[in-house]
Amino acid sequence: MTDLSQATTPRPHRPLSRQAAMSKRRAQMRRISAESVRAVLLLVIIVIFLFPVIWMALAAFQTQIEIISPGWGFTPTLRNFDRVFSEYNFLRYMGNSFLVAAVSTALSLLLGLPGAYAIARFHYDWLGVVLLAARIVPGITFLVPWYILFSRAGLNGTYIALILSHMIVSMPFIVWVMVPFFEGLPIEVEESARIDGATMLGTFVRIALPLSVPAIMTATIMSFIFSWNNFMFSLVLSGDDTRTLPVAIFNFITYASIDWGGLMAAAVLITLPVLVITVFMQRYVVSGLTAGAIKG
Amino acid sequence: MATHRTTQTHTSLIHLRRRFQRLSFILPALIFVVVMMAFPVAYNGWLSFHEWTGSARRAPEYVGIDNYTELFTQSDRFFPAVKRTFLFTGVVVTAELVFGIGIALLLRDAFPGHTVVKTLILLPMVATPVAISMAWLLMLEPTIGVFNKILRDIGLTPQPWLGSQSQALWVLMAVDIWQWTPMMAMITLAGLLSLPEDPYEAALVDGASSLQSFFHITLPLLVPTLLTAVLLRSIEALKTFDIIYTMTRGGPGFSTETLNTLAYVRAFEYFRLGQAAALLVVFFAIVLGVSVIFIQMRRSVSMRQAL
Repeated sequence: MTDLSQATTPRPHRPLSRQAAMSKRRAQMRRISAESVRAVLLLVIIVIFLFPVIWMALAAFQTQIEIISPGWGFTPTLRNFDRVFSEYNFLRYMGNSFLVAAVSTALSLLLGLPGAYAIARFHYDWLGVVLLAARIVPGITFLVPWYILFSRAGLNGTYIALILSHMIVSMPFIVWVMVPFFEGLPIEVEESARIDGATMLGTFVRIALPLSVPAIMTATIMSFIFSWNNFMFSLVLSGDDTRTLPVAIFNFITYASIDWGGLMAAAVLITLPVLVITVFMQRYVVSGLTAGAIKG
Repeated sequence: MATHRTTQTHTSLIHLRRRFQRLSFILPALIFVVVMMAFPVAYNGWLSFHEWTGSARRAPEYVGIDNYTELFTQSDRFFPAVKRTFLFTGVVVTAELVFGIGIALLLRDAFPGHTVVKTLILLPMVATPVAISMAWLLMLEPTIGVFNKILRDIGLTPQPWLGSQSQALWVLMAVDIWQWTPMMAMITLAGLLSLPEDPYEAALVDGASSLQSFFHITLPLLVPTLLTAVLLRSIEALKTFDIIYTMTRGGPGFSTETLNTLAYVRAFEYFRLGQAAALLVVFFAIVLGVSVIFIQMRRSVSMRQAL
């Protein structure tokens, strides 16, 4: 019996299966080494991309003496953050930045969403082209005339000037994100709503907008970030009372000796909200940053 | 007869109302575009033929094309700034493209921690540019900066970085590359993930190596996406202002002055508004020209691929 069972084992297959196992192992080895090469490369990339941010955060917890000294060690302190709020009035600038970003985003959505819907549905292609062209025009081309006109109207240094100028960036961006999205929505739902007697506005508000929540999220988040980060428009158009964070932090380095700890604490405070948004809304940020590049 | 006329006016009224309704969707946006964007561009063109310091007491004075001739024949800062703007854009966009493709290929297949890595590399481009500039200023500081600290610790000569006329522009390029390579990576990755599978299966059957299939399948299929990414990045790179102005203000000397910072200085530090306006017209023409070239390239590529 035992002989028989041995005889029936498929002998010719044995060398082949050993070969298969060897090549399988070789492929596995190759895959493992490829995996580890990739892991090392990714680690290097992450270190490069994060290093300045980490360095900034580390310096924010050091005293001026520790930053200047040639050594590497330090004992963390919160004094820089304390000083940023008590001496440099940062709460005020944070409030300004938040106000300008929130209002300019809200107004841009109010103008941009119906505009984008009309471009997508009623084929106002020329308006789409004009808004695309607006992305090509250097921002400073708008800034010089606006500086002159706002001065004449006595609006320089007001929230109105800041909000309107930030909308020059965010409104075209919102349209840029929303047009392809509205074009991709199935038109049948909207048509049947129209047949049921809904108005154009009703169809837009009750049907198109609720279907577009992800794209609206992207547009809103990116518009807020653009405004929060905006430097050039705010540098020219903000006043002492309306100064936003990027301008306030830039003013740090005009002092004779730079307060590095305070500067880095301020930099951390500006960057933190944007980083938090990015971490929790990663999907929307990615689609906002790559908008227009894939379908385009 | 009468009923016919009323229905006719009725339908044309409906038609008119519908037209009006449609128009009301774009009207707010349209007014904003005309007032806030088209008008300033036109005003800027008008201003470029005038000399003005922005003073309320003296009106702009018509000077013909003097501002333009000054720019092209007398200014010793204009052409160097044009050259630097193109050098900066060419170097950073090329580097960002190459590194971006590399990173995208590393991120193509899922692995543990994939999302974390993708989130982390977003940070350079969403972080406030002015804040990031400040961090780089500290790191590049010749006496206390971390780069020279490391160089000294391993026994190499510390560098002046932003303090040197020959190094400053390249250092700024490095910062820009650090900041925007992730965007190229993200766009390329999205392009990679949308590629069809069939050509790869065919190539695998034919026994193509992974390098071969990258150069003969992946890259050609990606060209339209990459061209769009290069277009978007080039437009932004030509206009780079934040990191240059906050880190060097165009210095030392004028060694990092680009068209955008030169225009800014002329308008808001010298208050030569007419000259600044002329410079902006030329700057706009350059950005537009570059955009049109890329758009044409992209169009011809996608037409060739469609055949």
